[in-house]
Amino acid sequence: MFKIAFRNVFRNTRRSGTTVLTNAVGAAALLVFAAYALYDVYVLQTVTVQRGGHLTVYAKGFFDFGSGDPAVWGIADYASVVSVVSEDPVLRSLTAVVTPVQFLGGIAENPENSGSRTFFATGFVPADQARMQRWNEYGVGEGLENTALDSEDTSRGVIGLGFARYLGLCETLHLADCPKPPESRPQRGNGEVASLPTQDFSALAEPGASASSTPHIDLMAATSGGAPNIVALNVGRVEKQGSREMDDGYVVMNLKLAQQLVYGRGERRVTGIILQLRRSEDVEKARARLGRLFKDRHLNLEVRDFREINAYYGQTENFFRSMFSFIAILIGIVVLFTVSNTMSMNVMERIDEIGTTRALGVRRGKIRAQFLLEGSILGILGASLGVLLAFAAAAAVNHSGLSWTPPGDAHAIPLKLYLLGASATIVAVWLMLILAATFAAFVPANRAARLPIVDALRHV
Amino acid sequence: MTDDAQPVVELKNVTKSYKSGKTEVRALRGISLTIPAQRFTMLVAPSGSGKSTLLNLIGCIDTPTSGVVNVAGETIANFSDRALADFRAQKIGFIFQGFSLIPVLSVYENVEYPLMLTRVPAVARRRATLAMLEAVGLSEQKARRPNELSGGQKQRVAIARALVKHPEIVLADEPTANLDSETGASIVALMRRMQSQSKTTFIFATHDPHLISQADRLVAMRDGELIQEPAHV
Repeated sequence: MFKIAFRNVFRNTRRSGTTVLTNAVGAAALLVFAAYALYDVYVLQTVTVQRGGHLTVYAKGFFDFGSGDPAVWGIADYASVVSVVSEDPVLRSLTAVVTPVQFLGGIAENPENSGSRTFFATGFVPADQARMQRWNEYGVGEGLENTALDSEDTSRGVIGLGFARYLGLCETLHLADCPKPPESRPQRGNGEVASLPTQDFSALAEPGASASSTPHIDLMAATSGGAPNIVALNVGRVEKQGSREMDDGYVVMNLKLAQQLVYGRGERRVTGIILQLRRSEDVEKARARLGRLFKDRHLNLEVRDFREINAYYGQTENFFRSMFSFIAILIGIVVLFTVSNTMSMNVMERIDEIGTTRALGVRRGKIRAQFLLEGSILGILGASLGVLLAFAAAAAVNHSGLSWTPPGDAHAIPLKLYLLGASATIVAVWLMLILAATFAAFVPANRAARLPIVDALRHV
Repeated sequence: MTDDAQPVVELKNVTKSYKSGKTEVRALRGISLTIPAQRFTMLVAPSGSGKSTLLNLIGCIDTPTSGVVNVAGETIANFSDRALADFRAQKIGFIFQGFSLIPVLSVYENVEYPLMLTRVPAVARRRATLAMLEAVGLSEQKARRPNELSGGQKQRVAIARALVKHPEIVLADEPTANLDSETGASIVALMRRMQSQSKTTFIFATHDPHLISQADRLVAMRDGELIQEPAHV
């Protein structure tokens, strides 16, 4: 039966060829999109995990109620929590980095020109941050822009380009794409306020903190006790961030400096403990293990994964998923109509032959199976050719030197189609097209099987 | 030739009607007939007299409106469509006016096809197919496709296909109608020779005088009825 079906497919080479090519182009388009979407999601995941790890441990309730006041929701004796996590045999095999982190917000001022701006900052252990930025599970991390802290100088930090612009640091730092404010810019307040002496927070800073020759800014925040505190941050580097909102208030600093600002001379805590795993697929396993450890030790902590923390990540995944489903449905419909039309023509042209074979003793079911098989062969050929076309397209794009800027990033990276990583999708698309083609052949096949033999033999 | 052979086909008061547009056509009107085994029987009638309809009923590819059709000892009304297909595959060979070979199969594969339907083992199938091709003189053409053959060669393939499974009955509807007289004569001679070797019952619908001259028995029809008692030649 397979031999006859295969030969029948090539009986009308042009028609079958057109059908196969249509299916192939559809399959290739779907796979190229899947490869693009996968690469995009992998880049986004790599950026997210390099910056914030897979899992973050917070004081219980912080995620829902404490993010506006991270100083109050600190984890006390965090070093023992870090050591519990680091020394657990299960987690040790899963994690690449376990590091404390401090989030904070406040007001920053440039003492040189009185510009001020609210900021939101993260304090990292520089060596741990450097290790986190080496995470590259999917091989897409090359070329991604990373924040680099200085381990030697705790007062050195990184700020966003927009933040530098607000604080009037463009000229001092010789920044490109950083416009000066217009000379006719509006001035705040009335004459009484304007006549007050300019505030200089630097007097509050720790002695010697601003001794560096690099430009510095003053960061002011409320301590966990509610008192105002201030530290000087040497601007070691300016990095443009992907979103303007983030760029305009972005500060990354050494954990010690962040703790100094938030806790002053009080007990040093941290907002969270980041776990970066070796593989993203272990997120649930690690999360479950952390939950058990904290429960056993009566630690009042909660664990959140990177999807919960970065809502944008999940939204991007869902967007690509829905786009893929939409394109798949469209291509499925095209395949259905194309194969159905081809198979209907095949049945029409072979009515006499159907009558002959039925007269010779072929059962109805076998006639039906024969045409379904022909439909599925069209599907197999189209889907297989589509996979080859997709690989050819991916190779062409990957070697084209094209670049693009991923969502949430500020710098262009090479455009790649990650088709090899989409092996499950390739199999799914391949099977889906074959099923669609077989399904499309069902109506013509059924019509062929139900033809009265005498009528079929009489057909000219 | 006497008619003392066992009947292989029995029809009892068979009628067949069908709709042609809004008109009901009565193709067969109460036909009762027995056809003996191992004979060359001809249904002879002008076009439109119902001989092909009668042949279709005997070949189990159509069902009567009323009456009983017994073929090879079986009442075909008792069979499901599936059982009828199996019955045809086992017991009945067909030779069609337009040859009706399967175009995507070679000569060899066309002849082998009925044996595959009855699940004959591969070795026996090959032996039987080659022997039949030898018998019809097409051993040299076995790899060709039907579109590479002459009309006479195609009909030889059809004869080989009909006989390769050693059916009880071979039905041939105007087997020489699409052939020139010389080729037609050779085909008739071939069928006669094959019949005498295989002792298979051949039933023809024809008005080819040369073919009629070879008949053991004639059944004449007009307007869906037998117009005379079966004649023995």
